[in-house]
Amino acid sequence: MISFEGVTVRYESTVALSDLTDQVDAGEWVGLIGPNGAGKTTLLRAVARLVPHDGVIEVDGVTVSSMSPKALARLVAYVPQQPELPPDMTVGQYVLLGRTPHIGYFGFETRTDRAVCAELLRSLDLAVMADRRLSTLSGGELQRLVLARALAQQAPVLLLDEPTSALDLGRRVDALELVDGLRRERGLTVLSALHDLTLAGQFADRLIMLGEGRAVSTGKPDEVLTEEALARCFGASVRVIRSEDGDLVVVPRRWR
Amino acid sequence: MLRPVSARRPVVVALGALVGAVALGVSMGPADLSFVATLRVLLSHVPLLHFHSGVSRIDADVLWQIRLPRVVLGGLVGAMLAGGGAAFQGVFRNPLADPYLLGVAAGAGLGATAVIVAGSQLSELLPLAAFAGAVGAVTLTYVVGATVGRQGATVSIVLAGVAVAALLTAIQTFLQQQHAQDLQSVYAWILGSLTVATWSDVVLILPYVALSAVVLLAHRRLLDVLRVGQDEADSLGVRSSRVRITIVAAATLGTAAAVAVSGLIGFVGIIVPHTVRLTTNASYRVVVPVSMIGGAAFLILADVAARTVLAPSEIPIGVVTAFVGAPFFLFVLRSRRVGRST
Repeated sequence: MISFEGVTVRYESTVALSDLTDQVDAGEWVGLIGPNGAGKTTLLRAVARLVPHDGVIEVDGVTVSSMSPKALARLVAYVPQQPELPPDMTVGQYVLLGRTPHIGYFGFETRTDRAVCAELLRSLDLAVMADRRLSTLSGGELQRLVLARALAQQAPVLLLDEPTSALDLGRRVDALELVDGLRRERGLTVLSALHDLTLAGQFADRLIMLGEGRAVSTGKPDEVLTEEALARCFGASVRVIRSEDGDLVVVPRRWR
Repeated sequence: MLRPVSARRPVVVALGALVGAVALGVSMGPADLSFVATLRVLLSHVPLLHFHSGVSRIDADVLWQIRLPRVVLGGLVGAMLAGGGAAFQGVFRNPLADPYLLGVAAGAGLGATAVIVAGSQLSELLPLAAFAGAVGAVTLTYVVGATVGRQGATVSIVLAGVAVAALLTAIQTFLQQQHAQDLQSVYAWILGSLTVATWSDVVLILPYVALSAVVLLAHRRLLDVLRVGQDEADSLGVRSSRVRITIVAAATLGTAAAVAVSGLIGFVGIIVPHTVRLTTNASYRVVVPVSMIGGAAFLILADVAARTVLAPSEIPIGVVTAFVGAPFFLFVLRSRRVGRST
């Protein structure tokens, strides 16, 4: 669904992402892990064409650089780490923004657009809040709302940058369960940066570990999440424990 | 089904205010003329109708040649300043943005001052010079801002606007000090006035204001998309840099035309759009049209105050917009805050 070939991104003189080659299959959830500044966000932004890149990124067989912004937005929905949430915008207006790629330059939302968004609000338990302002919503509600806007694009690919960073423990699992449920139900392909390595191991089908702009290792979670590799990449002492039901738990430890 | 944002009710209310303002604007003045007389004069000017107003020739001329152009011009200028302000606040995502942000006022001031100090035989050129100065200043701001900063970065453009405005104001002040005998005329122009409004002024600015208003209204949905910032707007398939330049160009053209005939009337571009936001809806689908109508009504009323409070002498309209507008705006802000916290 997404393929990278020799993808490099430079910010002026610094190289943020270097010669990445990989691919994400349709329906797969690939997690990007790595320390701060490793290039996770840059990779997501390159797919959404928010930063220029060298090399080739293809989505659904078409090179990203050759697509119109609108065509790309119908294929790829991007949720930044800290979405801009205008406090005096209503929930309904915000979700409708997701229909932008389907609306002409001077056009307005049609009945279909409004029906799609109403349905999304219903399925994410936000329907009763349609007329509320964003400033009145809780963190968990905002998280669902941002997802609803991304899903309103009806794009087969979902790019999520740290979707759980602002949430408490319970809401984190809720948010990822929601993404997983939507992915299965709608056949979405998900590429997401994930900070929490334990949750990354539980939710992603495959992980790409980035370090200083390069793919350090890729594979199934239990192949990537090893104590040595994590220690090298993150420069931290960690312990990887397998729980009774087979989940990997990554525990940071103090240097001694 | 989600309800679409509807501007209907606020538009109707604003239109009501505008009709009231126009009625007051044409009825108030030294000559005692009723609103009915005004309507009769108006009807007599409708082509093909052959209606005779029955109003005396002098009264008819007072209405048709003095009051009406002044009211219409005030309406156009007010609509443009308020609509332009709303658009600039959306483009720069800054509540303090007004149509003068990128140097329109400084450029127009310099152009007007240059003509005034050059001598009265050039006074026909004053609107043209002010217009050229305003458009030139914003162009300079955009060129400098775009080369200095990351392409399309609004912060560098706003900073460039501050620098360009400071530079042009310095030149304008210098010119003004060198020609102290013209100080009064320069000062009077800068404070803004509709005193000498004529139909030819209306005709002069109408194409620019109409074009600008159409473009701004056509972008009201995209202004809502820009509220989530450049990155997210781009990721939704909008070429946000291009949209912003289009809106800024349109707003600049209209604002430049408005200040060219009215001088630098301040504050309208900030208080009108914010009053609309605070009392109705923050969506640009409401803010843009209602600000235009409300801005027209507001400036017509401000002009009524300007020419009646100290009649027969007039107060500069810019003084009225700030003196009446600021407390009213604070009142709206305060009542809204209280309303929200309870």
